[in-house]
Amino acid sequence: MKTNFKQIKEKVIESILMLSSAATSITVILIVFFLFIEGAGVFTKKPIDKGFLLAVNESNPVGKLEPSQIKDIFDQKITNWKELGGKDEPIVLFRTGDITDYYTEEELGENFVNFPDKINELMAKTPGIIAFFSDKYVNKEFKGKEVDINKITVYKFLSGEEWFPTAEPVAQMGVKPLIYGTLWVSLGAILLALPIALAAAIYLSEIAKKRTRNLLKPLIELLAGIPSVVYGFFGLVVIVPLIQSLFGLPVGETALAGSVVLAIMALPTIITISEDAMRNTPRAMKEASLALGASHWQTIYKVVIPYSASGITAGAILGIGRAIGETMAVLMVTGNAAVIPHSFLAPIRTIPATIAAELGEAPNGGLHYEALFALGCILFIITFGINMLVELVTNRNSHKKH
Amino acid sequence: MHKIESNNVNFYYGENHALRDISLSMKENTVTALIGPSGCGKSTYLRLLNRMNDLIDGTKMTGSIVIDGTDIYGKNTNVDNLRKNVGMVFQKPNPFPKTIFENVAYGLRVNGITDKNEIEERVVTTIEQVALWDEVKDKLKKSAFELSGGQQQRLCIARALAIKPSILLMDEPTSALDPISTSKIEELIYELKNKYTIVIVTHNMQQAGRVSDTTAFFYMGELIEYDKTKTIFTKPAIKQTEDYITGRFG
Amino acid sequence: MSTENNLAKKKRRSQNIAFGIFTATSYAIVALLFVILAFIVVKGIGVISWEFISEMPKNGMTEGGVFPAIVGTLCLVIASMIFAFPVGVLAAIYMNEYVKDGWPKKIIKQMTNNLAGVPSIVFGLFGMSLFVNKLEFGDSILAGGLTLGLLVLPVIIRTTEESLKAVDDTFRQASLGLGASKWETTSKIVFPIAFPNIITGLILSIGRVSGETAPILFTVAAYFLPKLPRSIFDQAMALPYHLYVIATSGTDIEKSRAMAYGTALILIIIVLISNLLANALRKYYGKKVKMN
Repeated sequence: MKTNFKQIKEKVIESILMLSSAATSITVILIVFFLFIEGAGVFTKKPIDKGFLLAVNESNPVGKLEPSQIKDIFDQKITNWKELGGKDEPIVLFRTGDITDYYTEEELGENFVNFPDKINELMAKTPGIIAFFSDKYVNKEFKGKEVDINKITVYKFLSGEEWFPTAEPVAQMGVKPLIYGTLWVSLGAILLALPIALAAAIYLSEIAKKRTRNLLKPLIELLAGIPSVVYGFFGLVVIVPLIQSLFGLPVGETALAGSVVLAIMALPTIITISEDAMRNTPRAMKEASLALGASHWQTIYKVVIPYSASGITAGAILGIGRAIGETMAVLMVTGNAAVIPHSFLAPIRTIPATIAAELGEAPNGGLHYEALFALGCILFIITFGINMLVELVTNRNSHKKH
Repeated sequence: MHKIESNNVNFYYGENHALRDISLSMKENTVTALIGPSGCGKSTYLRLLNRMNDLIDGTKMTGSIVIDGTDIYGKNTNVDNLRKNVGMVFQKPNPFPKTIFENVAYGLRVNGITDKNEIEERVVTTIEQVALWDEVKDKLKKSAFELSGGQQQRLCIARALAIKPSILLMDEPTSALDPISTSKIEELIYELKNKYTIVIVTHNMQQAGRVSDTTAFFYMGELIEYDKTKTIFTKPAIKQTEDYITGRFG
Repeated sequence: MSTENNLAKKKRRSQNIAFGIFTATSYAIVALLFVILAFIVVKGIGVISWEFISEMPKNGMTEGGVFPAIVGTLCLVIASMIFAFPVGVLAAIYMNEYVKDGWPKKIIKQMTNNLAGVPSIVFGLFGMSLFVNKLEFGDSILAGGLTLGLLVLPVIIRTTEESLKAVDDTFRQASLGLGASKWETTSKIVFPIAFPNIITGLILSIGRVSGETAPILFTVAAYFLPKLPRSIFDQAMALPYHLYVIATSGTDIEKSRAMAYGTALILIIIVLISNLLANALRKYYGKKVKMN
């Protein structure tokens, strides 16, 4: 009886433990699920605010437009329907507020009660019109033809060169500038950090005495403990003004500032991993090299570094991964201009910074909100891929050892 | 009837065939020494006797080991009860990070004894049994780590004896100790023989000669020779045994 | 003979140059750390006072204190740890003491690694979508705490697993050999031995949680809240978010600089204390175990 109770207790405890160990897996699955469900919404809706419509004259042969074309029309970059495959007719822009250009307030009546009739009239008599207005002004005798707006495709989303999710009449959701911005800042950071980190790793693993190492290692690891918002703040008050005056720039918030801050933040990761790899070099291998008359330095770059190459690579890749996902520090120092980067001395904007800056203002469940989740998906996929890559590199290394 | 009987025991670590067809029986209240070079399978065999190898993934055993007439690898064997009956002492002294008293009391408590007086009585008698009482009677509430290595090992023996096993397995119990502590443990083994059946793995030939009644020589996973200790050490039947004992290999 | 000597000289010279560079670089990194710390300490130390720690922000957060942000961060630390510490420790126990090598273990390990690699802003998105919206916790300490808890879960699992791995196997065998069950062995022997190291991991994750900003942006953090949270369903201010706000978008950025330095210093102090404490603990118990 007693043993039985004990056995049941053991089983219950084991199930609780098992459940706990499933927590991380469940979280990863939930993250994927929620991110992709919310993010997918952006590809299923028309990129126009709810309750608004875009209409043209009934006789206008153009019935379907790309979001980017609509933007060009309203920016007056496209001024004739001919350019869109229609008739040779100049485009007449119409927004809700423009109604007063055509009709007096008396004609429109109190609270614009006559707006629907007047818009019908206007639509009918202006062959080149394109009108953007609220669908509450549409009545039964509506004479215009609603323009079908193409949904955003995954390809357009990724290759679009303009990120302006709050644009009127249609949101512009091209993430190319953000992806480029993210990659620029991160690669810049690794280029700065890698040589420094390697030098420090070599020093710690090969040159420093044990006591020095025990002193320096925790200090370098402390760099990893400083919160990213503090790095961002430090960057904002020290590095940004420094870059501004050093290069004589109008603003110091640049890709370079982001790269410098990220480089500092990535140092401990790369140092720790490469140092571990170097220290794993078998002593016999090093001694064999020394016994052949090679100097300590020759042994390091001919034996230790090649032996630990995959560890160093893993450290660098992981550093890039961290940099790509870093939010606050980058948000605070890069200026956040959503343009395709052309120089390290100009402001750029990264994916995480975009999410952090815009999610607070994007209405829940709206297109903008979903677009930010789609950005989250991109970020997740990139960092997931990087993790897998690191796994691959380190696994190959452990095979080599056997 | 023998206390411990193994019949055609084979044991595998994954692909590695670690024990080959071992048949070996031990009488009650005797000390059996298992000797042989490193990796010969003697420790593996020892650990089969209390199913400690169950804890290692990917192992397989065939054959049977019978203790007190029951097959310990049989379907109805309760491993907890088996391990209670078969105590074990390890290579390095490994007292738990508890007080001296609690180290010995641990086995009693996990086996459901709650009566304070009974626990105290058994802790004291067991510590006396391993000849440690005079040395620790004033510091029973102190951490076991405050004892010397030899004292720690005797405490570990007491820990194993407290739950009244009938068999005691010792896996090189003196290899981490100095000569004086070693001789104390050997004396203790000699004393304990009256009440327990002891199986001891040792690298030390002299030790095997001093403490054991019978000796089994293992080599490459096989039992080469098993006989009275006197016979093994004076006129072994097989040349390999002689070579090992006289130090020609090992 | 002389060419050999020349070669040796050359070898030595290139070694000296290389080693000089490596040594200088390493010390430069440490110097950089001290520059960052010193900068914030020097600028922030004048701001720190009893008033700064104990009062509400005033005048558009250009004066007064950061009391509600300290309380908020404390609440978030507690909320996240109440969730993540037990779950993480139990998960690690299962991984290290119970489950056998094989594909389920591999999958759990891989998933834990993957979770550790998820950027913190993605945790923010996830927390908002699941806790704030789907489960309707709203912007709350509960939502933020859970989000932060999930973020540090892999850290706690890893450090606990390492601590358990460091426990010598013979302790387990000795306990099992006395007829103790698996759970008795784990809870009475293995866990107590590993405990100091597990606590070290806990302290480090507390440091991590108190500095995270991105995950709390949309799950709990309030821009300005002139009262303290009353329940786990309330919003709260938090130190890192407060620093972000007054450094970049306060009502008067120049005027609130001093407040920003003070807040940054408090964050740094939290990190320093947790690191020092963890190191001290590790050393203290490291010595104790060596006695064995």
